[in-house]
Amino acid sequence: MVEGLPLRLAKWIFVYPLLLAASVVMVFPLLWTLSTSLKTAQTVTLREVQLIPDPIQWSNYIEIFTETPLAQYTLNTMYMVVASVAGGVIVCALAGYAFARIDFPAREILFYVLLSTMMLPHVVQIIPLFVIFDRLGMVGTFWPLIIPRLLGHNAFYIFLMRQFFRGIPLELSDAARMDGCTELGIWARIVMPNSKPVLAAVGIFSIQFAWNDFLSPLIYLGPKKELWTLALGLNAQKGFEGEITSLHKMMVISVYMIIPMLLVFAVGQKYMIEGVTFSGMKG
Amino acid sequence: MLARIQESLHRYRGWWVGYAFILPWILSALWFDLIPFVTNLLLSLTDYSVSASIPNWEGAANFREIFRDDRLFAKSLGNTVYYLAVSVPVRLVAAFAIAILLNMRIQALGTLRTIFYVPSVVPLVAVSIIFFGMFNARYGIFNQLLILAGLDPIRWLTRPEWIKPAMIIMSLWGFGAQMVIFLAGLQGIPRELYEAAEMDGGNYWSQLLRITVPMMTPVIFFNLIIGIIGGFQVFASAYVLIGPSGGALNAGLFYVLHIYNNAFSYFRLGYAAALSVILFFIILFFTVLMVRTSDRWVYYGDA
Repeated sequence: MVEGLPLRLAKWIFVYPLLLAASVVMVFPLLWTLSTSLKTAQTVTLREVQLIPDPIQWSNYIEIFTETPLAQYTLNTMYMVVASVAGGVIVCALAGYAFARIDFPAREILFYVLLSTMMLPHVVQIIPLFVIFDRLGMVGTFWPLIIPRLLGHNAFYIFLMRQFFRGIPLELSDAARMDGCTELGIWARIVMPNSKPVLAAVGIFSIQFAWNDFLSPLIYLGPKKELWTLALGLNAQKGFEGEITSLHKMMVISVYMIIPMLLVFAVGQKYMIEGVTFSGMKG
Repeated sequence: MLARIQESLHRYRGWWVGYAFILPWILSALWFDLIPFVTNLLLSLTDYSVSASIPNWEGAANFREIFRDDRLFAKSLGNTVYYLAVSVPVRLVAAFAIAILLNMRIQALGTLRTIFYVPSVVPLVAVSIIFFGMFNARYGIFNQLLILAGLDPIRWLTRPEWIKPAMIIMSLWGFGAQMVIFLAGLQGIPRELYEAAEMDGGNYWSQLLRITVPMMTPVIFFNLIIGIIGGFQVFASAYVLIGPSGGALNAGLFYVLHIYNNAFSYFRLGYAAALSVILFFIILFFTVLMVRTSDRWVYYGDA
C-alpha cells in the first residue's frame, strides 16, 4: 500500500488515538488490580475512586503468606507444572518423532486417531474419568492430575512436534544412522537440539495450562485444602457480593498468580505467538 | 536362541521402536479418551451415583427427564447460547478491527501488540477474580465510574439481567489472542495483490473489502467455530465470577455448570453424563461443519 496524504492524516487523527484509547482499556484492569492490592482494609472499602492508594501498604504482600497457605498452594501448583512440562517436552516429543520419522505399521491410521482425539471435547471425559479415578481410590490425590500429564496426554502438542520435526533435514538423521546411531540417539542428539522453537512453545503452553487449570483440580482436590493449587486458593478468597472485606487480599493473590505468567510471556513471547498463530490458522 | 531373538528384534526394528515411542500416547489415548468416551455413553443410560455403587440400567430415562422435566436444561442451554452468540462475534470483530489498525504500518507495533495480548496470559481464575472485584456493586471501579459520570450504579452480579452482560464484558478483555492470529494472517497476504489493486486505482477501502476481507475469511471462519465450541464449554470464568448455582434466577447458569452441579453437587453422575452426551453432539455438529467446509477455505500454501 502506497500511503497517500489522506491515509497518513487518517492515521494521526483516527488510528493512533483509537489504539491509544484501546490500550488504556486493556491495561486498566491490571493497574486497578495492582492499585487495589496495595490498599488497606479501610481504603479498599472507600466508595469513591482512589486510583493511587493512600497509604500504599506493601506489607499486604508479606502478610498474605501468614494469612493464607499461599506457599503451599504455590508448591502444589509447581508439581503440576513440572509434570506438565516433562510430559509435554519429552513424552510428546517422542511420540511426535515417531509420527514424523519412524516407519511403523498403522502409523497413518494412528495419526488420524490422534487428530480425532484433538477434536474430542473435554466435557465428555469429565464424568467417566471421575468415576474411574473414584473406583481407583485416587480422588483426593494428585494422581488424576499428574498421570495424564506424565503420559503426555495432549494430541495438540504431539501434532505440533510432528509438524516441526518433519521440517528437519533428513540428511542429518541419515548420517547419524549410518554411524550406528539408534532412533533414540537420533531423537536425543539431532532432532531435539534442532527443535528449540517448538519445544519452547510446548513448554510454555504446558506451564500455562498447568498453572491455570481449574476444573480438574476442583473436582479431584476440592475437599482436600492442603492439596489445593493457586487457582483453587484464589477462588476460595471470594466472598459473596456485598460481603467483600478483603478485596485487597484477593488482588494480592491475583498479582502473585499473574507475575510468573508475565515472566514466562516476556521470555518466550516469540515462540508463544508463533505457537498461538499456528494453532489458530491451521488447526 | 538369544541370537534368534536379537535377529528378529533387528528385523522388526521399525515395528517395536515406533510403538515404543508412542506407547505413552497409546496408553493415554485409551485411558483418557477412548475408555471415558465409551463409559460416558454407557453412564448416560444409568442412574449411576457415587453413593450407590451398583448402577441401574435405565435406558433413555435420563434423556426423557432432560427434555421433559428439566427446566434448567433449557435455561442453561439458552444462557450459553445467549453468551456465545454475543461474545464470540463481538470478540472477533474487535480482534479483527484492532489487527487491521495495527497492520497499517504504524509505529510501536511490537509494544501495542504486547499490550493487547497481555490480558490473554492472565490466568482465567485471576481474570474472573479481578472482574469480580471490578463489578462489585459498592467498591468496584465500574460503579464508581458510573457514579462519577452521574449515572446510576448497576448491581452487575446480582441482577439477573446484568449477569450475562458482565460475563460478556469480561470475555472481551481476552480478544488479544485472536488479534495476534489475525495480525499474522494479514501480514501473510501477498503484497502483489495490493500492488495489482493499486494499478487498477483502488483506494484503501476497496482494497480492504476486495482483498483483505476475502483473504482473511478462512481464518475468521475457523476462529468463529473454535470460539463457538469454546463458548459452549464455558465453565471456570462463570464458576468464579457468579458461582456454581448461576446467580439470581439462574441467569448465569451455563451448560457445563449444570453438568457440574448434577455430577458433583447432587452426585447424579449418570444424569450428568446424559447432559454431556447432548453437549457432545452439539459440539460435534460444529466440528463437522469446520472439517467439512475446511477444504473450501483453508489456504494450504506450501506447507
